[in-house]
Amino acid sequence: MKSHEKGTREPLFNIVKRSDIVWWKAWLIRTLAIVFALVVCALVIVVLTGYNPLQVYTAMFKGSFGSKRKTMVLLQNLAMLLCISLAVTPAFKMRFWNLGAEGQVLVGGLASAACMFYVKDGMSNAMLLVIMFVASIVAGIIWAVIPAVFKAKWGTNESLFTLMMNYVAIQLVSFFIMFWVPNGSSVMGIINQSTESGWIPNLFGQKYLFNIIVVAVLTAVMFIYLKYSKHGYEISVVGESENTARYIGINVKKVIIRTMMISGAICGLAGFLLVAGTNHTVSKNLAGGMGFTAIMVSWLAKFNPILMVITSFLIVFLQKGAGEIAMTFRLNESVSDILTGIIIFFIIGCEFFINYKINIHSKHKEG
Amino acid sequence: MESVAIELKNITKRFGTIVANSNVNLTVNHGEILSLLGENGSGKTTLMNMIAGIYYPDEGQIFIDGSEVVIRSPKDAFNYKIGMIHQHFKLVDVFTAAQNIVLGLKEDGKFNIKNANKKVEEISTKYGFDIDPNKKIYEMSVSEKQTVEIIKVLYRGADILILDEPTAVLTPQETQKLFAVLRRMRDDGKAIIIITHKLHEVLSLSDRVAVLRKGEHIGTVITAETNESDLTEMMVGKKINLNIDRSEPVNPQDRLVVRDVDCISRDGVKLLDNVSFTARSGEILGIAGIAGSGQRELLEAIAGLQHLNSGEIIYNNPKSGNSENLRDKTPMQIRDLGVRLSFVPEDRLGMGLVGNMDIVDNMMLRSYRKGNSMFLQRKEPKNLADDIIKQLEVVTPSANTPVRRLSGGNVQKVLVGREISASPTVLMAAYPVRGLDINSSYMIYNLLNQQKEKGVSVIFVGEDLDVLIELCDRIMVIGSGRVTGIVDGRTATKEEIGLLMTKTDSTDMHGGDQQ
Repeated sequence: MKSHEKGTREPLFNIVKRSDIVWWKAWLIRTLAIVFALVVCALVIVVLTGYNPLQVYTAMFKGSFGSKRKTMVLLQNLAMLLCISLAVTPAFKMRFWNLGAEGQVLVGGLASAACMFYVKDGMSNAMLLVIMFVASIVAGIIWAVIPAVFKAKWGTNESLFTLMMNYVAIQLVSFFIMFWVPNGSSVMGIINQSTESGWIPNLFGQKYLFNIIVVAVLTAVMFIYLKYSKHGYEISVVGESENTARYIGINVKKVIIRTMMISGAICGLAGFLLVAGTNHTVSKNLAGGMGFTAIMVSWLAKFNPILMVITSFLIVFLQKGAGEIAMTFRLNESVSDILTGIIIFFIIGCEFFINYKINIHSKHKEG
Repeated sequence: MESVAIELKNITKRFGTIVANSNVNLTVNHGEILSLLGENGSGKTTLMNMIAGIYYPDEGQIFIDGSEVVIRSPKDAFNYKIGMIHQHFKLVDVFTAAQNIVLGLKEDGKFNIKNANKKVEEISTKYGFDIDPNKKIYEMSVSEKQTVEIIKVLYRGADILILDEPTAVLTPQETQKLFAVLRRMRDDGKAIIIITHKLHEVLSLSDRVAVLRKGEHIGTVITAETNESDLTEMMVGKKINLNIDRSEPVNPQDRLVVRDVDCISRDGVKLLDNVSFTARSGEILGIAGIAGSGQRELLEAIAGLQHLNSGEIIYNNPKSGNSENLRDKTPMQIRDLGVRLSFVPEDRLGMGLVGNMDIVDNMMLRSYRKGNSMFLQRKEPKNLADDIIKQLEVVTPSANTPVRRLSGGNVQKVLVGREISASPTVLMAAYPVRGLDINSSYMIYNLLNQQKEKGVSVIFVGEDLDVLIELCDRIMVIGSGRVTGIVDGRTATKEEIGLLMTKTDSTDMHGGDQQ
């Protein structure tokens, strides 16, 4: 009897996969998600701090656009995050889960730093920069190609492999810093502070402009590479179905290795830009988690390099804003982290509503 | 005793914008076998899944023994004594039959395998099943596994049994055995629904036939008062000609000679055992056999996707007159030899096409390498896509629609169209009409016939023996990786082929291509 009663209650709702969604509806859902996120954040702000949320949001905006310098820093950070995202994208499109961007950037940066450290004199700055550029890219490629070869030849799990390579890279950097810094300090100071050799020169008086231009060009190139080149086509086929790739005679191993070389090379380039153009030093935190944030940027943009400009802007904007409100309102850093978390949660969560529809059952059986 | 076992009223189920079932009304009586007939995609399985608790209807009511019920899970269905035997078996390979049967049951007291074995044997004797309760699933044939599934639902006391395409994987002899069992269950007062699209089975087994078309219930007729052409008309919505024209092969030449081919899997199982045959130009060579008897490995070996342990595959090039051994060559090397080999694989979206790519990009799969540029040339593939859409009547919003959004028949037209466009000398097609509606199926048969008339050597792996007998010039039967016989398509009977399919001792059958 009891089970029968239970059996006659209708489920309240069911979840149905959408077959298709109009583009404007998808964007409407995304916009709504951001609006909701801001509302929830406002509530959190009022409850936790008692400040006026509008003031807080203004401060957040100022974090990125408050001054010309801040805008340049925003663009620089955006460029670096975008650069690493561009690096992981071809691998991800091939369904090769490269979680090792962090390590690949680190070894690239380390190679640049080593060149700066050892080749001090007797060389023009341009020459040194070229050497650093090549060394970084080669280092990035080596770091990426090892797991790729193992995957292609013996089918090892690339996620674990690339992840572990990160730790090796971190230890390697620690070792060299200890080796280079005479007093045993674990911090490497600015390299070549006086000579500025191995530093990317300012363009039009702007420190970060070179990095930004390089990444802008790279974005366009990557977009074209993935969409219009034969290589890009092969990457898509291998990613969608390895069986289809074999069936039409694509050498899957070759594509895996080649694509990871590209992925590693761009990570190495990011390391070079970070060391030569931004930090002029190397540390364990050179990539600062961007190797992982890049995964989110790439996925959110559905592996489209142009859309990645928007998603990486969003992430960087939130980070800058969070830092700014923590400073202006003397809030604990955690509050800004909570706000960033809420916003990202809503943005990622809304993809569920884009892919699925929820049907709520109306009570049509009454009477 | 005619009493209504289950009644469906105005059942509607939608998936997104697709209406899978619309306002379906259906009744099944105790002591009756009802066939649920319809083409693929007509909503048969969806409808039954709602009775079995896998889906939940958007609208409508279900009555069992006269009272309304709500079935939200397979467990609810089981409480109402409904049991469904799915097309894909859900068994644990390393367990015995009896262990699988009692799996998940919450019986009082200590678990006792002896009692379970006894009960399984009781059920077996009652309905005439032939099963050893202690046999492990991985040692069983498909038909034995199906028996375990049926006993599983009977053990749980099912009164309403639903079988989803139960004969799809069986030989003609096994099918007869299954039908005998089903008749005995009917006489015992059970309500049985079988989902099928094979007309002759419907006519020989069921008491009534319910026909679905595009999710709608077209009507229910008494089997004794109907015939094949009426049922087809109900299914398709118009009269169609079910004959396949078979022309005599013109000037057949040995195009592909396969000799003593062996293929051993990683676990040491012989997938192909001493296979020899010849495929000739201008004829259709059918390959019959129980699914998984080595058909896939054989075709993939010819296409350069499967490593062979011994033997040779000789291709006689009609243009140059050269003979090439294709064994262990890659698809690229085969193409570079000038061998025009087209292959329609069994797994269309997982091998022949890329589901997420549009029709144009799928057209490019075979040809994208052309030219020295590092960029893709999408103009020719676009033209080819447009041609195929027009000539084969592919229903699609545009050439830029991802192929996974197309229906099964249209996906297959895209794939076959692309493979034929390469003007092949050998065309291999594995189960090319599986899942297709009747119209699309006949279109594919016609395309294969046209290729044959052009002098192409066509190799057709099929599962429907009636079609194989009507379409093919010769039919090669394989069982457990061996050629058990090659028969003439014009004289062979279904029973003869069925026997060859299950034949295990084939020592006298080597060199089977002597016809």
